[in-house]
Amino acid sequence: MRLSHSIIWIIILVIVAIILLSGSMYALPETQQAVITRFGKPIGAPITQAGLHFKRPFTDDVNLLDKRALEWDGDPNQLPTKDKLFIYVDTYARWRIADPLLFLQRLRTFSVAQTRLDDILDGITRDLIASNELLEIVRSVNRESIKDETLTQVQDELGQLQPIKVGRAKIAEQIRIRAAAQLKDLGIELLDIRFKRINYNEDVQNKIYERMISERKQIAEKFRSEGEGEAARILGEKELALKQIQSEAARKVEEIKGKADADASAIYASAFNQSAAATDFYRFQKTMETYAKVLGKDTTILLGTRSDFLKYLQQSGTPAIGSMPASAPAAASQP
Amino acid sequence: MPRYRDFTDSTGPQVVLPRLPIRLVLIIIGILAVLMLIFTSFYTVNPEEVGVVVRFGKYCATTNPGLHFKLPFGVDKVSFVPVQRQEKQEFGFRTQKGDVLSKYTDYHQEPELLRESLMVTGDLNAAMVEWIVQYRIKDPRQYLFSVLNPVETLRAASESAMREAVGDHTVDEVLTVGRTEISNLAERNLQRIIDEYKMGVEVERVVLQDVNPPDPVKASFNGVNQAQQERERTINEAWAQYNQVVPRAKGEAQQVLSEAQGYAIKRVNEAKGEAVRFSEVFNQYLKAPEVTRERMYLETMGEVFPKLGQKFIMDETGQGVLPLMDLNNLPAAASTVKGGAK
Repeated sequence: MRLSHSIIWIIILVIVAIILLSGSMYALPETQQAVITRFGKPIGAPITQAGLHFKRPFTDDVNLLDKRALEWDGDPNQLPTKDKLFIYVDTYARWRIADPLLFLQRLRTFSVAQTRLDDILDGITRDLIASNELLEIVRSVNRESIKDETLTQVQDELGQLQPIKVGRAKIAEQIRIRAAAQLKDLGIELLDIRFKRINYNEDVQNKIYERMISERKQIAEKFRSEGEGEAARILGEKELALKQIQSEAARKVEEIKGKADADASAIYASAFNQSAAATDFYRFQKTMETYAKVLGKDTTILLGTRSDFLKYLQQSGTPAIGSMPASAPAAASQP
Repeated sequence: MPRYRDFTDSTGPQVVLPRLPIRLVLIIIGILAVLMLIFTSFYTVNPEEVGVVVRFGKYCATTNPGLHFKLPFGVDKVSFVPVQRQEKQEFGFRTQKGDVLSKYTDYHQEPELLRESLMVTGDLNAAMVEWIVQYRIKDPRQYLFSVLNPVETLRAASESAMREAVGDHTVDEVLTVGRTEISNLAERNLQRIIDEYKMGVEVERVVLQDVNPPDPVKASFNGVNQAQQERERTINEAWAQYNQVVPRAKGEAQQVLSEAQGYAIKRVNEAKGEAVRFSEVFNQYLKAPEVTRERMYLETMGEVFPKLGQKFIMDETGQGVLPLMDLNNLPAAASTVKGGAK
């Protein structure tokens, strides 16, 4: 009986020791930080170092809070910009519990913190969207776009990026700075806030689509008229080439023929003009040839008996006093 | 209950009986404890992973693939992080089956995917952008301990980074020439953001997938392509017409020129021939001009006369015939030559 008594005592002691130990020790994970409260009153500095820690058993409570960067995802809100365009702005933010004690006092739970974040971030986002133009929220930096020649020719503004003054990064940073000041009192450090999505509301969307369609139509029309213009130019070139080729050929033909005629004339002249006798003979010979050509069966001829040809009908032997045929008068002036 | 009473009543002297089962139970508990000790003291890390060991919640070690020892009974806890694996996130579409024939869901089926891929471009137009982000866990300790939800954080940061990149480009750049630049810019933006979070992730690649104009304007974008084709076609047709006519005209011009040259040669040769012939005849004529002349005259007359239609020979003295002659009865087109009349 003594033995069993001592065993029972040992067991009881062990159990008490375990309870005391487990009550005075806790393992803090890497992802968490802890605030120790004694009957609700915070004791000492928050514990941020992971590992095994001690506390006073029974009286001290360990309040675990996340140490990591936490997420906040805003609902997409329909907000007006400075240029009166309604857009959906979807933001997200990362935040951290920087002061666990303050966080515990002001907010206590994660879900309360989310609600406060909603209030603060949505409000400030609305303010800054309303005081900036859409372009500033969409764009980040000023850069020259790579120009598609075919587009800029249509309209200067097509394919161009308009210059900005602020940019989305700076606007987001302004939101962060303003929100961070308010959140600091809640023990929250706002790491960043960013625009996740920005989209037009349905009405604006349709207007944007209409504008895009009309822009594309302009470009298409430009291509068409460019094609037609180019075709007209080519057809004009064709006419030009035709006229040029044909008229040049005609001119050359005339030149060649003219030169040939001139050459022939010169040749004839040099033969027929070699002496006065030659000229006279030529005239006579040519006249004879011409008679042969010109006079035919349709010709009715009246010949006088005194003509050279018929003079012998009246008298023979006597040299003619009369003339040669009228058309060959040169014969009278024989050498 | 009566049985219990009976048992207690009769157990007084027989304490030995239950002792055996208690020992058995203790032995079984002992064996179980040893087994648990063994099973909770070892762990295996797969080839693509590392093990991150925490002791009482505190980071203790990172272990490489293989069999490892740890403190049992939950003192050491191990998380496995696949650092070798290339992870992928899809935006604007989802792969349904990763088989040979993958099926995709995109913004046509899912309104959420529409919101994910619809973006405002730098010239305040809109574009549907689909992309993927390939990444690797670089620092498993940071990945596990610094951010609450690394995957969701990465997705949010990716959307922001891509929109930042697209927001600085025109819709035409987004659709065509700027694709590479945009994916590179988005990659840099994304890496910069997640480096701020220290979440131990390295972005390996951001790849743009399908980029399209929104459905309502798609037709007009295609219209531009068609117009471009049309332009080429119109120009080609004009050139066809040009080529149909101009080379032929060139040939014809050449033909006319050759003909003219032929004429020229003929004309000059004829002239030369005639000149020689005339000179020859003239030389002979010079020897006896009077006779030759008379002969030529008579020869011509001899040649001409037989061909003539009507011939009238009139005595110069009796000219009264002429007024009586009915000239109207002569052949219509006849030419009247009054020869010899002085």
